[in-house]
Amino acid sequence: MTEPTKYALPVAVATLLALVPLTAPAADKMMEAINEYRELLADGNPSELVAAQGEELWKTRRGPKNATLEQCDLGLGPGVIKGASAQLPRFFKDTGKVQDLETRLMTCMETLQGIEPQAVIKAGWLKGERENMAALVAYVVTESNGHKVKVDLKHPAMKKMYDMGKLAFYYRAGPMDFSCATCHGDEGKRIRMQELPDLRTHEGAIAGWGSWPAYRVSNGQFWTMQHRLNDCYRQQRTAEPIYGSDVTIALSVYLAGKANGGKVVTPGIKR
Amino acid sequence: MKKISTLAALPVALLLALPAAHAADEDAYAEFKAMMDRSFKTTGIAPKHRMYQLDFQKACSQEKQPSKAEMARIEAEQMKTIRYPADGKYFGDWKQGEKIALDGRGLTWTDKTPLNNGGGCYNCHQLSHHEISYGTIGPSLLEYGKARGNTEEIIKYTWGKIYNAKAFNACSNMPRNGDAEILTEQQMKHLMAFLFDPASPVNKK
Ligand code: HEC
Ligand code: HEC
Repeated sequence: MTEPTKYALPVAVATLLALVPLTAPAADKMMEAINEYRELLADGNPSELVAAQGEELWKTRRGPKNATLEQCDLGLGPGVIKGASAQLPRFFKDTGKVQDLETRLMTCMETLQGIEPQAVIKAGWLKGERENMAALVAYVVTESNGHKVKVDLKHPAMKKMYDMGKLAFYYRAGPMDFSCATCHGDEGKRIRMQELPDLRTHEGAIAGWGSWPAYRVSNGQFWTMQHRLNDCYRQQRTAEPIYGSDVTIALSVYLAGKANGGKVVTPGIKR
Repeated sequence: MKKISTLAALPVALLLALPAAHAADEDAYAEFKAMMDRSFKTTGIAPKHRMYQLDFQKACSQEKQPSKAEMARIEAEQMKTIRYPADGKYFGDWKQGEKIALDGRGLTWTDKTPLNNGGGCYNCHQLSHHEISYGTIGPSLLEYGKARGNTEEIIKYTWGKIYNAKAFNACSNMPRNGDAEILTEQQMKHLMAFLFDPASPVNKK
C-alpha cells in the first residue's frame, strides 16, 4: 500500500527528511519542505490513495465467509461510516467491550468475513492483514474529517477506561523511567526540534488525537493510531504493547476524552 | 541486585499503595495492574518485566508529585546508588562526549543490544554553542563549566546528577544513566569533559 515510488514528491521530501542530520539549518529546511508540501497537498492528501484502497477492500468479498464489510457496525449502525470514527472509542454491547476503530474493525472482519483477529495482531506493521487494516482505517477516518470528537464518558465502561488511561498516561517504567507525561506533560516542550503536544490539555489532545491517523512525510507511510502509540512506547523504552490491547484502548479513551468537542482533521499529515 | 529488585518491585509497590487507598480505589488499581500485565509482551531486548515498577517509579506516576517527605526519602535512597569513579578521574575526551550527547539511540525493542547506548542529552538539553537542534524538557546547559567553575563540589554533583538524577529530584524526567546501566562509567567521563572542558563547544564559542 505504501508505494512511495508512485509519488515522486513525497519521496523527495522523505529522502531529505530521512538523510539530513537535524542541525538547525537542516531543521529549518525540513520545516520549509513540510510547509511547502502541506500547501501542495491542500487539495490532495497522499492518504487518499490509501483510503481508496481501503474503500475497495471494504466492498470486496474476503475471508472464509466470502463477505464484504459493508454491514460492519462502527457504532452508528450497520454500514454507517460518516462521522463514525470521531465517536470512537465506544462501548459495544455485542462484544461487551470498549473498542477503538482498529479493534472494532477486527470484530467486523471476524464476524462478517471469518478473518481471525490473530491474523491482524500477529502481522508486522504495514504487512499482511495489518496493511489491509491501515487501508480500511484510512478510508473510515476520511469520512470523519471535519466532524467533532464525541466520546461518551458517562457510560460506566468508558469512564472506567478513561480512568485507566489516565493511570497509564502517568505510569513510569522501564530503564529510562519515562511515562507519556515525560514527553507530553508540559506546555511548549520539544525533543530536539520536534514539538511535543501537551496531551493533558484539551488543545494539546485535539492537536494530537484529532489529527491521527496520519500520513508521515518522513517515511512516506500511513500510520494508524495503534501504530502511533506503539512507536511512542518504543521511544519510552518500555516493553511492547500488544496490538489492540486494553492499555492502547484506555489511552485512546483518555486522549479522545480530553479532545472531546474539538475538530477532527483526519487523515493528518505529519513529519 | 538490580535485577532482583526490579522483579520484586511489583508486589512491594502494591503493598505500599494499600494503607492510604480506599477499598474501591484498591480494586480499581488492581484492575489497572491486571490490564497492564496482559497488555504488554517481550520483544527483542525489551522484556515484559520492564513494565514492573520500582518503588520510586510508582510514587512518581501521578499527576501531582508525592509529598516533600516522600521525595526526600526517595532522594536519600537514590543517593546511595551513586558510584564515583574508582580511579578518582572524572574527565575523558570531550569530543567523544559530544557524540554521546548527540546520540539518542538505545534500549528500544528495535535495538540489537542493550549495550552501546547514546546519552540522548540533546533530546532534552541545549549544550553547545553550535548545535541548535536541542530539546527543552531539561534546562539549558550552555556554558555549563564556564558558569559553574570546577570545584570538587560541582564536579561531584554533576557526576551524581548524570549517574542518578533522582538523587537530587525524586521525580526528575532525566534518566538514571549510571544506576540504570544506560551509560558506562567511561561514557559518563566523556560527557563530564564535554560539560567542563574549556575547549569544549559547551564553553567555547
Ligand atoms: C521519549 C519521548 C516520548 C514518549 C515517552 C511518548 N511520546 Fe508520544 N510523541 C513523541 C514524539 C517525538 C512525537 C512526535 C511525532 C514523531 O515522532 O514524529 C510524539 C507524538 C505523539 C502523538 C501525536 C501527536 C501529534 O501531534 O502528531 C500522540 C497522540 C502521542 N505521542 C501519544 C503518546 C502517548 C499516549 C504516550 C505514552 C504511552 C507517549 N506519546 C509517549 C515522543 C514521546
Ligand atoms: C528526558 C529528559 C532528559 C535527558 C534525556 C537528560 N536530561 Fe539532564 N536534566 C533534565 C531535567 C528535567 C533537569 C532539571 C533537574 C531535574 O528535574 O532533575 C536536568 C538536569 C541536568 C543537569 C543539572 C543542571 C543543573 O543546573 O544543576 C545536568 C548536569 C544534566 N541534566 C546533564 C545531562 C546529561 C549529560 C544528559 C545525557 C547523558 C542528560 N542530562 C539527559 C532532563 C533530561
